[in-house]
Amino acid sequence: MKPALFEYSAPQTVAEAIALLAADPGAMVLAGGQSLVPAMNLRLASPSRLVDIQHIPGLSGISVAGGEIIVRALTTHRELELSGEAHRANPVIREAMAHVAHIPIRNRGTVVGSLCHADAAAEMPMVLVLTGGSVVAEGPQGTRTIGAEDFFQFHMTTSRESHELVVEARFPVLPAGAGAAFDEFTRRHGDYAIAAVGAIVRLGRDGAADKVAVATCGVGSRPMRLPAVEARLIGTRLAAEDLAAAGEIAKDAVTAPDDINATTSYRQRVVATLVRRVVEKAAHRAGQGR
Amino acid sequence: MPRARPGTSVPSVSSDPRARVSITINGELVEREVSIRMLLSDFLRHELRLTGTHVGCEHGVCGACTVLIDGKAGRSCLTLAVQASGHEVRTIESLAAEDGTLHPIQAAFQDCHALQCGYCTPGMIMNIVGMFESGEPLDLSDEGIRLALSGNLCRCTGYQNIVAAVRKAAESLPAG
Repeated sequence: MKPALFEYSAPQTVAEAIALLAADPGAMVLAGGQSLVPAMNLRLASPSRLVDIQHIPGLSGISVAGGEIIVRALTTHRELELSGEAHRANPVIREAMAHVAHIPIRNRGTVVGSLCHADAAAEMPMVLVLTGGSVVAEGPQGTRTIGAEDFFQFHMTTSRESHELVVEARFPVLPAGAGAAFDEFTRRHGDYAIAAVGAIVRLGRDGAADKVAVATCGVGSRPMRLPAVEARLIGTRLAAEDLAAAGEIAKDAVTAPDDINATTSYRQRVVATLVRRVVEKAAHRAGQGR
Repeated sequence: MPRARPGTSVPSVSSDPRARVSITINGELVEREVSIRMLLSDFLRHELRLTGTHVGCEHGVCGACTVLIDGKAGRSCLTLAVQASGHEVRTIESLAAEDGTLHPIQAAFQDCHALQCGYCTPGMIMNIVGMFESGEPLDLSDEGIRLALSGNLCRCTGYQNIVAAVRKAAESLPAG
């Protein structure tokens, strides 16, 4: 019996869940529990009440509509990873998902739960930022859509209000003609990233990149796009010197303090290398797609 | 430093909020009233005395507590007993036949000497059972097997023989 005392509710509707959250600011939402329960076992988290949303109908499933992959709140990592429809719409999701912990964790952990947990080194929050996605939150005053850049505020901190339930995440489909790639560096497979980088690249007719998105996680207090890196690459042919220069610029994004795995200068070198490799791979895939 | 004497009774249910759970464990419906903060791993071991499920790190890293929840491998230490209510759980105790005949994966572990202390073995085997029964294609290369086992830590064997056992078990089981 590791967790501290808490109350438990298993609502049957979204409205009921929101009412429970609104009545108790110390309440937390329980979906898969793969981040929350370990935090409770270590007593890093001591919610006054758990609102277990597993019995609420309509919160499951994946659909692709309106240019977005819509992932409902109870969808597990593994379901999204194995979804052929989601993979065809944006292959970077499956590529990143292979790095999310291990299959037994992905079997139970939910995508939306990971987004709401918002670990600064977690892969799925970064993919949401990379793709320019959003989450949909329902609260007592209604529903609002929050863009990824506004949603992730800090390590384990989002702009979700305590009385809101995030009912779905929306990952945009890969733009036509674009290529995407994801890679990360860890000591052991399945660990949180020491640094991870994702990229989406589209090439113009002249072979120069006319659209570049680059995002990273594990190196700062939240997942983030790297606008200076993107600006350096747009309009270039992504030659070796362009990629190397972009990697150097990416070093500025590293703010994570030294930890047991890496020093700041080590992380900078890792992120610079990953930017080079991942942008190159995304560009190669964009080229193949033409 | 005084130690707990063997046989000292340790209450498995404290006075904190409780809930009634009904979980199908190894094919049998079990109903109990438990503390809502009781982990499934503790429920299996303390309430049901199914001590084949081992508890290592209790935060999801080591994989020793892996069981099948609705047929899929999951960490029993990262699941509350109340969360598992209404679901189906299978543990290592479900694998061998009544007469003691080992499941093919257990037999392969024995044949390949894939265990030394055995602490990680139940979690390893339940993870592999989940993988075999998922119907998803298996990658039986060394790398593929190691990837599948990456969520289960073993401190004795160096994994060589575990990889061999998984391959042997896969070959002995009917395809699909």
